This record gives sequence, C-alpha cells and structure tokens, in this order.
Amino acid sequence: MTERSVTHATFCIERTLSASPARVFKAFAEQKAKDAWFTGAPHWVRTERSMDFRVGGRETSSVGEPGGVQHRFDATYYDIVPSERIVFTYAMHLDETLMSVSITTIELAAVGGKTRLKFTEQGAFLLDPADAPQREQGTHFLMDAVEAFLASEAAEA
Amino acid sequence: MILKHMLQYSPDLDLAFQALADPARRGMLERLTLGPASVSELARPFDMTLSAIVQHLKVLEAGGLVRTEKVGRVRTCQIEPAALSAAEGWINQRRTTWEQRFDRLEQYLNETADAAEDKDKQP
Repeated sequence: MTERSVTHATFCIERTLSASPARVFKAFAEQKAKDAWFTGAPHWVRTERSMDFRVGGRETSSVGEPGGVQHRFDATYYDIVPSERIVFTYAMHLDETLMSVSITTIELAAVGGKTRLKFTEQGAFLLDPADAPQREQGTHFLMDAVEAFLASEAAEA
Repeated sequence: MILKHMLQYSPDLDLAFQALADPARRGMLERLTLGPASVSELARPFDMTLSAIVQHLKVLEAGGLVRTEKVGRVRTCQIEPAALSAAEGWINQRRTTWEQRFDRLEQYLNETADAAEDKDKQP
C-alpha cells in the first residue's frame, strides 16, 4: 500500500511597503501590475496566464525553466475589499502532481503613509513517498537551521 | 528572518524546535541519524542518568522527531524525519517564494512611485 502524508501548516509574512494601501491593492488587482512582481525565478518563462480578479473569479499562472518542471498556480478569489483585504484559495501543481491546497488572506492597513501588508497562508501540504530522499536532507537542513537560529539568538542576547 | 518565522509554522514545529534547543538532545538525534539505538546505547556517550536520558527522549518524541518502541525489555529509538521534512521541504519553499515575490513587489512599488504620486495626491 502506498503511504501518503499531509501536513497542515500556517505561515505568515508581514511587510511594510512604502506606498499607499490603494497602490499596493492595485499591484494585486491589475494583471499588468501583478505581472511585474508575481513571477518565478529570473530565467523562468511563463507558459500560461489568466486573471479574473473578482469574487468567484480565477487566476492561473504556469512558470518554470524552459522545458523543465511547470509550477502551476491556480487560484479562486472569495473576498475582495479594495485597499483592505483579499481572500483566495490556490492549488499548486508541479507538472501533474498536486503539491498543496491553501487559503490565503492578504490584509492591508495604512500605517503613517505606508502600508502594512499581512500575508497568511493556511495550507494542506501533500507529501508523497517519492519525496523520501528529501527527508534526510531535510533533517540536516533543520539541524543547520537550528544552529544558525540559536547562534542568532545568542548574538542578540 | 526566515528562521524565526519557521517557529510560527505550526504548534508541532514549535515542539520540534523546543526539542532541538538542547545540545544533549541534538547529540541524541545525531546519533539516531546513523540508525536506531536502544535507550542504553543512546545514553552511553552522555554523562547523565538513564532517567535524564528518558526525559530528553520524551521531549524528542513530543516534538515528533523520535519514535520509540518497546520490544521485550528493550526500548528502541529511531529518528522520525517525516515531520521535519514536511515543514522543511514544501512550506519553507513556499514561504521563500512569497518572500521573493514581496521583494519584487516592493521594488515595483518603488520604481513606479513617481508616476503614482500625482494620482495618490488627488483629494
């Protein structure tokens, strides 16, 4: 029997941006503006793109190295409050393999002429046995990460 | 800082980090990356009582990093990397992707600031 696993996780990113909430919102709402920053690695190419920014609308984007693995983003918008909030779900595929399904909330707040952006992603991250070789690497990575984290804590103390 | 954010991923990961925040437990974990071991084998390099080792093991188990199993009179310990790889692999990658996107968003907003200022200043 094939062993499958899923990890439920939430992560949050906060940024203060030197622009009004209206401008930040526009960078999420208009495809031309969003295409300037919502991209893959510099040499990647986009093979598919659509954007229908309204409640119930979908957005898709496929990017990857030319001839390489396609990273496919497929989103549906559920809540849009101009200059304040955007809620969407998205599925992430690597080629045909579903990697994750997430709920994402973007909250914008004006703070002294700037904008506080809070990004929260709650997701089901799917992991298959094919990823097993990464486990050992993952453990070593985490060891290194913990060492660096403790070192940075010590430096701050 | 990415490493600090890693602590916020999930309560499970908090426990994992708690478990890792001790040199003896990291030492035990490193021993287990070589293969399963009994509690007494695990205890050997440490200048600690067996009950102290068992306490450390409990913390490692609570953090999802180690699995123990009693066969007869011997408790065997082995590493449980699944929880780590899940968090490390995809979630970290996903966070990094969004961090990079927001770097570019910041850059884009700065580059277009002059053109937008006039519009923003409308009453």
